[in-house]
Amino acid sequence: MQTTTPLDIAKIREDFPILARPYKDRRLVYLDSAVSGLMPRAVNERIAYYQAFEHTNVHRGVSQLSQEATDRFEEAREKVRSFLNAPSNKQIIWTRGTTESINLVAQTYGRQHVHAGDEILLSAMEHHSNLVPWQLLAEERGAKLRVIPMNDAGELLLDNLEELITERTRILGVTQVSNVLGTINPVKEIIARAHAKGVPVLVDGAQAVPHMVVDVQDLDADFYVFSGHKLMGPTGIGVLYGKKEHLDAMPPWQGGGSMILSVSWEKTTFIGPPGKFEAGTPPIAQAIGLGAAIDYVRSLGLDLIAAHGHELLDYATARVRQIPGLRVIGEAKEKASVLSFVLEGVHPHDVGTILDYEGIVVRAGHHCAQPVMKRLNIPATTRASFACFNDRDDVDALVEGILKVKEIFG
Amino acid sequence: MSDPRELYQQVILEHNKKPRNFGKLEACTHHADGQNPLCGDEIELTLLVQAGLVQDLKFQGHGCAISQASSSLMTTAVKGKPVAEAELMIEQFREMIRGTLDPAKDANILGKLSLFRGVKDLPSRVKCAVLPWVTLHAALKGEETASTE
Repeated sequence: MQTTTPLDIAKIREDFPILARPYKDRRLVYLDSAVSGLMPRAVNERIAYYQAFEHTNVHRGVSQLSQEATDRFEEAREKVRSFLNAPSNKQIIWTRGTTESINLVAQTYGRQHVHAGDEILLSAMEHHSNLVPWQLLAEERGAKLRVIPMNDAGELLLDNLEELITERTRILGVTQVSNVLGTINPVKEIIARAHAKGVPVLVDGAQAVPHMVVDVQDLDADFYVFSGHKLMGPTGIGVLYGKKEHLDAMPPWQGGGSMILSVSWEKTTFIGPPGKFEAGTPPIAQAIGLGAAIDYVRSLGLDLIAAHGHELLDYATARVRQIPGLRVIGEAKEKASVLSFVLEGVHPHDVGTILDYEGIVVRAGHHCAQPVMKRLNIPATTRASFACFNDRDDVDALVEGILKVKEIFG
Repeated sequence: MSDPRELYQQVILEHNKKPRNFGKLEACTHHADGQNPLCGDEIELTLLVQAGLVQDLKFQGHGCAISQASSSLMTTAVKGKPVAEAELMIEQFREMIRGTLDPAKDANILGKLSLFRGVKDLPSRVKCAVLPWVTLHAALKGEETASTE
């Protein structure tokens, strides 16, 4: 049975060569887009074309070839700017991924503003990538991490947010969509309330950008970060968006070529953003690949992708709930297409291994969110996540696979 | 392996459900905590070693069926055996999981433990099976912690 949304899933599936490969002698059921999106052919071909015919270094030299590479690279930046509705492409900084984007902010903005006794406020559902960089900074500075709590359903408890934001709070970090629970957090509201108390906000958009239209100006985010590979682009490329006044005031992060105005033994001066934060040769092909991934996602329509994801999530949730001994983890009212669960008496790693025998790829583990596991008093979960190429057949295969797990474990 | 039952054999499932020697020895001579940092599996091993024999041992902790059953079966295999024999088992178990010892062909003292031979085909699960053995090795050497990393 096919979904009722207007996306032509059968046609979309043809865009993903990996879905046609045999896997365990059967159809590959990829329910792991939250760990990494599959790459459509158009992205792969765009990268291959660049590597084959357009490549040299960017922002260097006087050759036409160098200018062309630079143009393609900067066009990709413009695609990201437009995708996030950022005011200027000078506010789009290439990084290796979400993790590097957050480390960049922690080590530049963070070091400038966080001092002994200060506080960094994070939500209880952060991925380690939006926790560990801040913890390292806090330890270095003698600052303190504070946590916005959540309820058992996986919703942030925001009633007392104004009490958690004290005069010592220097930055607030929050994920727009939880990678474990699927919760969509009301980041626009959180940002407005943080700003009312003069606190800037970094939004981790890694799990949000594949599922919803993001407008950083409407959100009024101070920093917004995401990874290319979760958006069906390549690995090794990520984005940091920042407000102009922050980026202008932040010191450079890494030093090297490309980011300087002039260098002498006595003193180096730096160019402005984004170059100031992009030392060395950047991941050029990956940036162009991410641009192609944005084109692909936009050609399908993010609204339609989101509607399709919701439809599949609802269908999957209803079906797995009927399995005795299965408990859905993450029952927020607002969810993106991520479905975590635990099965009574069976460890998630065993669930994941048996599903893999059946050709079903899911994530099993703590999802780089150990504090979330601890809060919910579970060691791990099994997580299925849905993308534009998944259909109800994939969900049905998942349900069959879970029933097989139960049969084996008795 | 194309059938999960080749990995999840009845004996393994049964030991996972009802682990033997589960708990903690109050009077122990050796103790170690083992951890698989990648997946979070943890076991705590306590041993009573006297006159060169592993007189008693217990484990507790949490993890997947492979690590739980491997721990349980290890305790039944090692209990009452000379330390030197336990050390030989550690070595042979690791060789079996690495694929350098085939329990069907090569001389060994693994007995029931050869149930885990299928794990060698699942690189992502090797650490689960090996965790209790790494922990036992550490405990016998007088080390307090062990890690599969």
